[in-house]
Amino acid sequence: MLRYALLRIFGAIPTLLLVIALAFLMVHAAPGGPFDAERVLPPEIEENIARAYHLDESLPQQFIRYLGGLVRGDFGPSYRYRDYSVSELIGNALPVSMQLGVLAMLLAIVAGVAAGLTAALSKNSFIDRLVTGIAMTGISVPVFVVAPVMVLVFAVYLQWLPASWTGGTSISRLILPVVALALPQIAYIARLTRASMIGVLSSDYVRTARSQGLRTISIIRYHALKPAMLPLLSYMGPAIAGILTGSVVVEEIFGIPGIGQFFIRGALNRDYTLVLGIVIFYATLLILLNLVVDLLYGILDPRIRGR
Amino acid sequence: MDELARRMNHGIPFFKCLSRQRLGIFACIAILLSACGGVEDARRESVLNRGLGAEPESLDTHKARTNQAGDVQRDLGEGLSGYTADGQLELAAAERVEVSDDGLQYTFWLRPESKWSNGDRVTAHDFVFSFRRLVNPATAAFYAQQSLGDVVNATEIVAGKRPAEDLAVEAIDDLQLKITLNNAVPYFLALLTHPSTFPMHRPSVELYGDAHARPGNLVSNGAYKLQAWEVGSYIEIVRNEHYRNNDKTAIDRVRHHITPEDATELNRYRAGELDITFSVPSEAFQQMRKQRPHELRVSPYLAVYYYGFNLTRPPFRDNPKLRQSLSMAIDREILTEKVTARGEVPAYGWVPPGINNYEPRQFLYATLSKDERHRKARELYREAGFSEDKPFSVEIRYNTSQGHRRIALAVQSMWQEVLGVESTLINEESQVLLENIRMQDVTEVFRLSWTGDYNDAHTFLSIMESDNPSNLIGFHNDEYDGLMDKAAVQTDLRVRQVYLEEAEKLLLAQHPVIPLYFYVNKNMVRPRVRGWEDNVLNYHYSQHLSLSDTD
Repeated sequence: MLRYALLRIFGAIPTLLLVIALAFLMVHAAPGGPFDAERVLPPEIEENIARAYHLDESLPQQFIRYLGGLVRGDFGPSYRYRDYSVSELIGNALPVSMQLGVLAMLLAIVAGVAAGLTAALSKNSFIDRLVTGIAMTGISVPVFVVAPVMVLVFAVYLQWLPASWTGGTSISRLILPVVALALPQIAYIARLTRASMIGVLSSDYVRTARSQGLRTISIIRYHALKPAMLPLLSYMGPAIAGILTGSVVVEEIFGIPGIGQFFIRGALNRDYTLVLGIVIFYATLLILLNLVVDLLYGILDPRIRGR
Repeated sequence: MDELARRMNHGIPFFKCLSRQRLGIFACIAILLSACGGVEDARRESVLNRGLGAEPESLDTHKARTNQAGDVQRDLGEGLSGYTADGQLELAAAERVEVSDDGLQYTFWLRPESKWSNGDRVTAHDFVFSFRRLVNPATAAFYAQQSLGDVVNATEIVAGKRPAEDLAVEAIDDLQLKITLNNAVPYFLALLTHPSTFPMHRPSVELYGDAHARPGNLVSNGAYKLQAWEVGSYIEIVRNEHYRNNDKTAIDRVRHHITPEDATELNRYRAGELDITFSVPSEAFQQMRKQRPHELRVSPYLAVYYYGFNLTRPPFRDNPKLRQSLSMAIDREILTEKVTARGEVPAYGWVPPGINNYEPRQFLYATLSKDERHRKARELYREAGFSEDKPFSVEIRYNTSQGHRRIALAVQSMWQEVLGVESTLINEESQVLLENIRMQDVTEVFRLSWTGDYNDAHTFLSIMESDNPSNLIGFHNDEYDGLMDKAAVQTDLRVRQVYLEEAEKLLLAQHPVIPLYFYVNKNMVRPRVRGWEDNVLNYHYSQHLSLSDTD
């Protein structure tokens, strides 16, 4: 398995290089530069700034300079946050996004699997319809609607929870964003779990187990749960990466200094190095998470292990 | 988080921070707990929470550019001059200034009691060091030219043709500073309020280099010193005990919160987390005016919202009649009352009201009735060669935003209704729009704005000079440039005023732009905040504010 993992990791290097090259070309191809504004700078000052950030060099030269930095673990200076380097910005934002993402994912798994199982076990009953209905709503109502409503109710009117990251204690400030982030995921996971559990419960080996007189709880625990989790697992890989970097809206609404916010601001400000840094980070994360998912598949499903 | 901030400030790479991060499993349990205490306990020291808007790009006064950076820097440092709470120019780090009769020589005497936040004395050498660093090409400072461009040799130094030591700024002794200008600049003291001209503490800049403006490194000479900067979240500053006027500083600690989204900011204000907001979203403006009339502060601001014409290409090149007819067909009162509706002032001229030593000019048609105006507009439209059968079609470009879109829609329908103009709206992301405007290839009519940097008509009129880089419309008029040149060397304020007003009159007669409205400052200010005075620059130093116990 170690050999397999190593092979996969080295195999990812060309992919990563391609991603870097494409991203580099695309950010530089976008019109406008990091230092453009309505207040246009005198030409000699523009030259000085371009020189200071090596923007006066040709694109290939800039690319080689950038790759050289990457090899040394240096993502370069940020153009917009001029007192900080990109590594520092990502390093500062990542734990914040991680904290949010991990909590939201845990909440989503616990609540989603529980709801999905309940629905599957009482298929076509009132409870099933209720769970499916709520899940449908959860998927369809976007987070930029849910989150501001939650802020209005819990922060502005009831004043139970802070409206923003800096307004509360290290715990209270997490509650609203985590719930807002988890809601759509809960819905997805509940639907996935329900569908896959219903499929497994109607399979031959479960019927055999039933005919031998095993109790439902044991069937689920020992025979049905693991195979039913497989679709969930393949969903989790990209979902975790997405929740880590893609909580843009939630971060914006609650003023959370996470990666998503820097990604958006970086793109809007043409902060080339910041955008590139996050893209590289995101690509690496996706590749790693996909690998982890594949390895976990083998653990959960013996049929795959042999291949 | 403090631990993280500390690590970040010491420049530890992100993967090292990452490996030590706790994954917060225990915090997960906390989620299951019921809602616990929201807002932090009241503290005995007085703490002000201000909304700052977008994140400052730097606290290095030479690397920053935005108003937001300036707001924090004015709390942290002070230049030779500054502003009072109501926006009047006053001497700050200098206690006395003498200007030679020809207006070319400024001699400043610094306050002997001025100290840095580490206790060192502020000397004239600190100013010399800062000014030389500002114009040094290696610093690549945005404001080098604007702040010190009039100082002898500054332009050559910025262009790399002379060493920074040649700058005509000289420390006569520890407390006496002499600055020599190329030409008289009546607003020079106003220029010296800009943070780029604040002194710098040489030992710490030399020790920390590019990192000198970070928490723990930055040594400042203002009412506050830098305590923490959580990028993307807030900047915290605390009282500087060594400040010369520390006795007068009422608030101990100020948190400037990063609030790029005005709707989010207002929620935070309503939840009690902010004392002052940076802005008020237009969709909530009327509601706030009704519900919290005493907290909503609206006052004139030195900024103009305008539509520019691309004067370098047809159809607008050499076509003042067409430009004038389009300008006259726009009913600015409807824009400000029905569309923007945040107290903006309709603009019939280029220089906003509220400028010192200046009487703003207006379009000649400003006093006409609406019907007369429309009739005249149609007449000019026909003279320009267009009619109902042969309508003029044009593209209006604006940067993507709901507010700009609504204004463009209104203008589109006014032009359609009054003249029969067929206009297409094109929204572009702001950097794309700027690039297009600068290329002057595809643009016809485009949205722009201009904010004054100091309280003088020059800050508005100068951008229409032929060689000004911010002249994005391609306006070129020798007579205008001549008037501006005459005003530049004039030391008699009244004569200078005549030249400047003449220049604006000439500008307006050409209709190179359509000024739509003058901006207003819009802030929510909690009643417990005392000492807030509206002013045209919208500068509100934290040291001028205080907090009372009750709202």
